[in-house]
Amino acid sequence: MKRYAILGTFIVALSSMVAPQVWAQTASDQLKAYRDALADGNPAELYEMEGEELWKKPMGPKNATLQKCNLGLGDGVVKDASAQLPRYFKDTNRVQDLESRLMTCMETLQGIPQSETIDAPWGKGQKKVMDAVVAYVVTQSKGMKVNVPANLPQEKKMLALGEKLFYQQGGPMDFSCASCHSVDNQRIRMQDLPNLTKPAGAQAGWGSWPAYRVSNGQFWTMQHRLNDCYRQQRMPYPIYGSDATIALSIYMAHEANGGEIMTPGLKR
Amino acid sequence: MKTQFKLMNRLVAMGLVSFAVATVSQAQTTDPQVTETLNNSFVSKGIANKDRVKPDDIQILCSDKVFLQSPAGQKRAVELQAIALKEIKPPSDGKYLGEWKAGEKVAQSGRGATWSDNEKTVNGGSCYNCHQVTKAEVSHGTIGPSLLGYGKLRGNSEEITVYTWNRLNNSKAYNACSNMPRFAHFDLLSEKQIQDVMALLLDPQSPVNQ
Repeated sequence: MKRYAILGTFIVALSSMVAPQVWAQTASDQLKAYRDALADGNPAELYEMEGEELWKKPMGPKNATLQKCNLGLGDGVVKDASAQLPRYFKDTNRVQDLESRLMTCMETLQGIPQSETIDAPWGKGQKKVMDAVVAYVVTQSKGMKVNVPANLPQEKKMLALGEKLFYQQGGPMDFSCASCHSVDNQRIRMQDLPNLTKPAGAQAGWGSWPAYRVSNGQFWTMQHRLNDCYRQQRMPYPIYGSDATIALSIYMAHEANGGEIMTPGLKR
Repeated sequence: MKTQFKLMNRLVAMGLVSFAVATVSQAQTTDPQVTETLNNSFVSKGIANKDRVKPDDIQILCSDKVFLQSPAGQKRAVELQAIALKEIKPPSDGKYLGEWKAGEKVAQSGRGATWSDNEKTVNGGSCYNCHQVTKAEVSHGTIGPSLLGYGKLRGNSEEITVYTWNRLNNSKAYNACSNMPRFAHFDLLSEKQIQDVMALLLDPQSPVNQ
């Protein structure tokens, strides 16, 4: 708690220090200065510590922990697990990303229905638990390489679907993911846009989410990031953990293969 | 005789093949799996109705890059551009140019049409999201070309004025898969807002042309 307060003060001081004189720089320049100043002190660490506790804490109607959760590498294996997601799971017969897989574990091990996470507002209720657990899990893949070969037929199918969805336009502004993320070195306002159709851009994007967002002081999971992309695309609301979000995730992850995982990231 | 028969057969076969290709290109549709996934993955929220996942003709064409680059796709693009151009209405009061100061506000605002907006939200043009517009505003995107000096470089002939009006109303009239939204087609901007953005681009007093 004390650490939180100190960190908080530091962030406020920093953002007031950094913001005005670097106005003409891109968001990434500003963030680099900010990251350097913070060094190892990403506020996402607080979520990570909470997540580690929640992983081991008996919860839900079954009063069970998540310690037997299988994220793809065996029961309870967290190390390197998120580097290899999304992947196909036989027990659910679905390709799952980290968050949809955690919902499966919460349901089967703890008896918490998936709807409790899906229906909770961002950062509240079961989604708050999810944020912390995600922060914990992704930190255990930090420094590893993205490894999503998508060799299984179910994974191949999802990958192909994800690529199509990436280019699928809709809504009153005709936007698709590709409208902003298919060309190198483009910006919206001062915000750099990664080209997610190429390894370098996909590695930068996929490799640095989930992340702590300085502008709103929130930890955002990949599902949250995708949700806000669709909001800005003027699309309707993507259901948490839906197939469209997982297909896009496996497309991005596959493109990012071999890239270093920097999660949790630190963002504007 | 035998050779002639063979030739006939080949001609018929070729005819059938080209007929089949033509049929496919005319009935270009979205992959059923994409449609099903979109239907299962989205819900309405606020003003962002679920219908928005359903692509119109332009969106179907522009979502399929491979088809778009084929001769049939290019032909379709020209057809859809003509339809878009025909739909554009000239200004109801005959005035193409409004006030550049109001236009600058429209250009600055990126609000509107998301599920976190509502019916009362005044939509912006989001111009600066993608374009450099004035020297003073350094926070601008680079997806679209710079519009600095737009009117100064092009003059204010009738041709340029009408072209600019059409572009703002429905950019797809000139490029079926332009990244720019169809501001009039989807009622994103009012006629007055478009007139004001016109002035921002073409009025010699506007900071765009200073």
